[in-house]
Amino acid sequence: MQPFNIYLCGVGGQGIGLLSEILLRAADYAGYTAKAVDTHGLAQRGGTVISQIRLGGVVCTPLIAERTADLVVALERHEALRGMQVALRDHGTLIYYNTSLEPLGVRLGTESEVSTDDIDKVCGQRGIVSHSVMQPDIPDPRMQNIVVLAHIHRHGLVPGLQTEHFLQAMEDLLTGTMLSANIELFQAA
Amino acid sequence: MKNMGDMLLTRPPFSEIVMGNTALVRAMIESGTRVVTSYPGSPTPEIATAIKSIPLDRRPFYFEFSTNEKVATEVAFGASLNGHLATVFFKSVGLNVAADSFVQLSLMHLVGGMVIVLGDDPGVNSSQNEQDNRHYAYMSYTPVLEPANPTEVYCFYKEAATLAATMGKAVILRLTTHVCHAKERVAFAGWTPPAQPDNTPRFDPARGPYIPLVSAVFPKKRQALEDLQRVERWVDERNLHRTINNGSARGIIVSGMVYLSVEEVLAEVVDKPDILKLAMPYPLPSRKIAEFLAAHEEVKVLEELDDTLEKEVKALAFDHQLTTRVRGKATVEDWIGEYTPDKVRDILHRTWPESIPPRKTAAAAATVPIPARPPQLCPGCGHRSAFHAIKQALPADDTITVADIGCHTLGFQEPYRMGEVLLCMGASPGIAAGMTLFNTTRKVVAFLGDSTFFHAGIPGIINALFNKHNLTLVLMENGTTAMTGHQDHAGSGRNFNEATEAIPVRQVLAGLGVQHIFETDTYQQQELADMMRQAMALDTFNVVIARHPCMLLFARKQRKKSGYAPHPVRIDQQQCAQIHTCVQEFGCPSFSRAADGTVTVNRELCIGDGSCIQTCPTKAITR
Repeated sequence: MQPFNIYLCGVGGQGIGLLSEILLRAADYAGYTAKAVDTHGLAQRGGTVISQIRLGGVVCTPLIAERTADLVVALERHEALRGMQVALRDHGTLIYYNTSLEPLGVRLGTESEVSTDDIDKVCGQRGIVSHSVMQPDIPDPRMQNIVVLAHIHRHGLVPGLQTEHFLQAMEDLLTGTMLSANIELFQAA
Repeated sequence: MKNMGDMLLTRPPFSEIVMGNTALVRAMIESGTRVVTSYPGSPTPEIATAIKSIPLDRRPFYFEFSTNEKVATEVAFGASLNGHLATVFFKSVGLNVAADSFVQLSLMHLVGGMVIVLGDDPGVNSSQNEQDNRHYAYMSYTPVLEPANPTEVYCFYKEAATLAATMGKAVILRLTTHVCHAKERVAFAGWTPPAQPDNTPRFDPARGPYIPLVSAVFPKKRQALEDLQRVERWVDERNLHRTINNGSARGIIVSGMVYLSVEEVLAEVVDKPDILKLAMPYPLPSRKIAEFLAAHEEVKVLEELDDTLEKEVKALAFDHQLTTRVRGKATVEDWIGEYTPDKVRDILHRTWPESIPPRKTAAAAATVPIPARPPQLCPGCGHRSAFHAIKQALPADDTITVADIGCHTLGFQEPYRMGEVLLCMGASPGIAAGMTLFNTTRKVVAFLGDSTFFHAGIPGIINALFNKHNLTLVLMENGTTAMTGHQDHAGSGRNFNEATEAIPVRQVLAGLGVQHIFETDTYQQQELADMMRQAMALDTFNVVIARHPCMLLFARKQRKKSGYAPHPVRIDQQQCAQIHTCVQEFGCPSFSRAADGTVTVNRELCIGDGSCIQTCPTKAITR
């Protein structure tokens, strides 16, 4: 069996780390052998954050080779396009939270913002199935990661992961009102 | 929620999903480590996060963040002389700071033993270079263990600790960024806390000499060199090196995380070369390598960063008069960057094109340009406010600005361009001093953070006073070590374990004899700009302190208070004349500019500091 490769990306502060660790632990609860690695050099300062998870099959390294990810999970539109260009295989799946955190060049007017049309165009050319997710009424924008997680669960984007695996993983990592609010959102979204 | 502290202190054997940095802390505990020291630096700060998860009264060892890596090394050394197993950890370039003390360690008998954990950074994820610290091992005759994944981090630390304690030596555990930050399920052994730790200060000058002067050095150097042979045998006996025999006439010699990339690439290769995976890249197992060479017609040395392994393997082939073809680095690119599976595939395909397939080239896609996302100052950051104000005060073309390490380094980017040259921690006063020599036309301004002031900045300041250099130093005092995750420093009023008297930066400067010290709140832009003008008009060394607690940390604390309500700014569209100072010059990430020039505030990003309000020429930014 080939490993299932998940490449997650976003901007520092968006909660890629938590989202990634929930998926990693859910995969572990589902009985997969799973390995992951985070890349968050200067992420806290608004840079790109990347996390990679590989599960099932024979996994040697947690690093995913170029364009061999089965699923790219992005929490922002520019990072969605970057992530799929770097990591996603043709005919793979992209899920992204449809928001824009403007990179420096866009803000200064020297570069153009990535639009959903840009993403759709590349998806069409490469046979990529794209899921755009947005839920403006959430209590805190830092919970966008859980909206994406709920969508991954509902559409079965990671094979073999059941509701209880996600919930067990969240219980490992969160507590108190954080846990209850996130579980509520996960189940409602 | 699983409690990390409880997990790390679990007594029966267990397994858990952990990152390399966390696995390391469990290994410290199981090994009976008594003293651990550090200075924060990526990729290692999560080691301290794991340590912090253990409450102080249950922590089985003493831990401190020292003022810099050199001091941290000295504290660990001192503890080891008293018989305690000690560990110091820091990032790659931290070893440069520690080097003066570090290089002496192999000339001493370290009674308790000492492990030096390095976070090297191939790929330059968060450092100013990708230096290969194995060179320091050669220079100082210090053995290096090199784990590939979190399981090996755990196992190899325990091996390093045993080796260090048994032989009374310093041993390096060399991690790399993606070993520190890899996560997997690790099986841990049981742990029984020692009933009564031995606190006896066992330092005994008779076990020295501990004064390495003149001829006393020779016997200790001899000892260090002889120790290397004992270490080599010990690693062999512990079976830490591994040979993977695929029955091939070709072989690969590899170590650390690169081994995982090799495994990955070879998974789908039919004609697999044999592999010698080295646990210790210095000292090398000469006999084992010679045997491996002799058993193969061709051997590829796959080595991230520099070529220390390749040189030794080639020398061994020569000494043993072997005809094996040893293949090392072929191009400059082989010296650069992390050896990811893609990079290893490219190299192996180039080496053996007929048996190692190339990358599967992906179909050409439409070229939609993707704007780069350089790291930036946070929304509401005080450094932005300071840079914006200081820029108003600096004569446009006749000023040179010198950067230092910290969040404020990011000021070099557009739209500020503040701090145009950078070396390392605490270098800015010295660099700036050099730039004032023979210079009568361009004013020189240096930036320095407060953690860096204590770390390595003070000698440069003393030098500027001592040798009468005429420059302005801007001290960005935010009360924390922000870039690496808000660790406290000597000026914070807390150390890792408890409250302390904050060492006041201003009084230190005054005590050194700085005559002209200006000080204001970072967010008082007009006052700061005025002070800069006054300071730069002086013809003597002077300091401008721009002070405010790190706004990211400050805002986080505010959010936790009951009754907290966010109060982001908004744009009064009636007032806004679309001058775009907020977007174009102040440049806070919270502002967006639509195609028609309308400015809006991203409420997800704005933390409500309000520092932008004073920048708007038409007063259109309001609460």
